[in-house]
Amino acid sequence: MGNKITGAHAFMQALIEEGVDTIFGYPGGAIMPVFDALYDYDKHINHILTRHEQGATHAAQGYARVSGKVGVALVTSGPAATNAVTGIADAMLDSTPMVVITGQVGATLLGTDAFQEIDVVGITQPITKWAYQIRRPEDIAWAVARAFYIARSGRPGPVVLDFAKNAQIQEVEFDYKPCTFIRSYLPIPEVQPSQIEAAAALINGAKKPFALVGQGVILGNAEKELLAFLEKADIPAAWTLLGSSAMPTDFPLNKGFLGMHGNVAPNKKTNECDVLIAIGMRFDDRVTGDLNTYAKQAKIIHLDIDAAEIGKNVKPDAPVLGTTKETLPAITAKLNPAKHTEWIESFKEYETLEFEKVIQREVHPESGELTMGEVIHKITHATNNEAILVTDVGQNQMMAARYFNYTKTRSMVTSGGLGTMGFGIPAAMGAKMGAPERTVCMFAGDGGFQMTIQELGTIMQEQIGVKMIILNNHFLGMVRQWQEMFFEERYSFTEMQNPDFIAIAKAYRIDGTEVHVREDLDAAIADMLKDDKPYLLVVNVEKKGMVYPMMPAGATVTNILLGD
Amino acid sequence: MENKLYTITVFSENSVGLLGQITIIFTRRAINIETLSVSPSALKGIHKFTITVLTTEDIVSKVVKQIDKRVDILKAYYNTDEDLVFQEIALYKVSTEKLLGLGSIEELVRKYHIRILEMTPDYAVLQKAGHYEETQQMFEELSESIGVLQFIRSGRVAITRSKVERLSDMLESIQQKFEKK
Ligand SMILES: Cc1ncc(C[n+]2csc(CCOP(=O)(O)OP(=O)(O)O)c2C)c(N)n1
Repeated sequence: MGNKITGAHAFMQALIEEGVDTIFGYPGGAIMPVFDALYDYDKHINHILTRHEQGATHAAQGYARVSGKVGVALVTSGPAATNAVTGIADAMLDSTPMVVITGQVGATLLGTDAFQEIDVVGITQPITKWAYQIRRPEDIAWAVARAFYIARSGRPGPVVLDFAKNAQIQEVEFDYKPCTFIRSYLPIPEVQPSQIEAAAALINGAKKPFALVGQGVILGNAEKELLAFLEKADIPAAWTLLGSSAMPTDFPLNKGFLGMHGNVAPNKKTNECDVLIAIGMRFDDRVTGDLNTYAKQAKIIHLDIDAAEIGKNVKPDAPVLGTTKETLPAITAKLNPAKHTEWIESFKEYETLEFEKVIQREVHPESGELTMGEVIHKITHATNNEAILVTDVGQNQMMAARYFNYTKTRSMVTSGGLGTMGFGIPAAMGAKMGAPERTVCMFAGDGGFQMTIQELGTIMQEQIGVKMIILNNHFLGMVRQWQEMFFEERYSFTEMQNPDFIAIAKAYRIDGTEVHVREDLDAAIADMLKDDKPYLLVVNVEKKGMVYPMMPAGATVTNILLGD
Repeated sequence: MENKLYTITVFSENSVGLLGQITIIFTRRAINIETLSVSPSALKGIHKFTITVLTTEDIVSKVVKQIDKRVDILKAYYNTDEDLVFQEIALYKVSTEKLLGLGSIEELVRKYHIRILEMTPDYAVLQKAGHYEETQQMFEELSESIGVLQFIRSGRVAITRSKVERLSDMLESIQQKFEKK
């Protein structure tokens, strides 16, 4: 005791106390003392210099999503903080644990429109779990401990620490205590036995139960508990976009993908089941379509950790508050073993229909131009379905969600709630850093790839072995699809002249191949996967491909277009 | 569902920026705040917000959950007027000459139970406590008869009729649960 260190050093030590070993960041004036301290901690903390602050936040998200740890991004004030806003908002909507540290002008300059001063706390308050300005070095240990506790506990989310420059420079005695309790914040509601009883009774009485699996299963580390629950009462289950990989693809009760571009059977069965069990999902409009016609015939059970989600969109007959880690096994214990063979068999009819009308021609075309579906299908198989999928946004994302397969949990990173184009490349970097032993396949459109293309520089410098696939249709494909379907084929500003992507990759000294015809695809995929180095595969796919099935926005969940 | 006046009570830590955190939750759903009053509560370091909004029960219940969820909020709940004893206070500045010209100040005082806070040769400041309709009625009457130079009404303050769990008890039980762990 009695040893004083600078705020910046105290900050580094606090991060180490929280187990931080990787930071994605970008320096600048108002955060320079922290970067200077970072120089002394390079043995403990691996800092990755991204090429844009948005990239730093998405990388931190990718890292968090695959590792379950808190992602950390470190940026300066003003424009750096505003560049970080997209990633912060993305993490908020997708419940991703992340701590973003922004530099800030010295406390005496606050509120004066000083150089690169903006109201970071004001801007980020609506899109964070907590945003706090550190104005004195004495607050550092407390604020960092609290930030990590809030980011990772309960329903995870982003936290912003706005770090005034004077507090980085001034000296302080460092005394760290982890945060384990905040009286105004109870992250995990206590399981209520009456709710468990009510849910179990509904399921035990069900003839046609159906489960919807959301990210809450993954965030609660309750994948095993989920499978045990489903198996005991023989309940078919489908997953939301963020629930991808919570169940292995080949798990017999896995009935596929929900929502706008999901599978036909689970969407239709939503309006046929008698008991609908929503597990850690939030009834997003992309899943439910029109709420007035959504699952009206069913009794609804909703398991969630967040009381504000209960009844927000769909009023449950049996709410079950708590973490899935506790609530799922508690319900399972009260379930009667059951068999619902006939009900489960009844999914087949729609599965066959979808295969014949959509999947056959998308995934197994014999002639014509390359399709997105076949590329994704080939790549997932080439990785034995063991890879991590990262997507950008658009048709590429929906196709990848539909056709990528999983054997392990935490294998899917996508921007679900915010739908952020440009998410793919930086999120894939973070995912690879968070799971270095795994193959990371990132799919993007030609549009989204160019939104964060500068991160190729980061990939080059750090030799991050991500496998990037551009599904190049020379269009902002998803918008073009809507123009074709709903705007009389008026293709207003969606066609793109693209650069030579391979030449760009070459300039960054990243290996790559471009494929134009089906015959070359297998060899190119094999070349991409031959080692653990970064790689860019550009596949020129049909220009006017469509993602089907499609439930139009706001339509009834059973109103599914097949494009036939 | 029909719109109704709901009174939302929020207990929070006394940290910077909390009012902003609360108001943006209303802004996002385009709900007007009718009245707002904030002050330290009976418990040291804890602030109490009383907010009234015109909306449906469905919306108010969701908004209150969103407020309750914020890290620095200790407790949020809502009530309708039947559950509450509530009050607002209003101040009226009028010309002394015109006030005296009314003839009988006594009548006004008796009718509205007003207090006279200050009187100078130029102006008088009258105070009335009551429900919105009552302070409004007096405002309208004075406006018509002698004119009102300045008028201000406070936000609502309210106390629940029911024997609700008191915040201090709630805090104690939270603390106990934590210590058991
Ligand atoms: C930052 C951002 N801007 C705009 C959009 C709207 N948007 C959604 S999908 C899409 C088209 C994406 O095109 P591309 O990246 O080429 O992918 P594709 O759909 O062709 O696979 C657009 C513009 C968005 N989601 N994010």
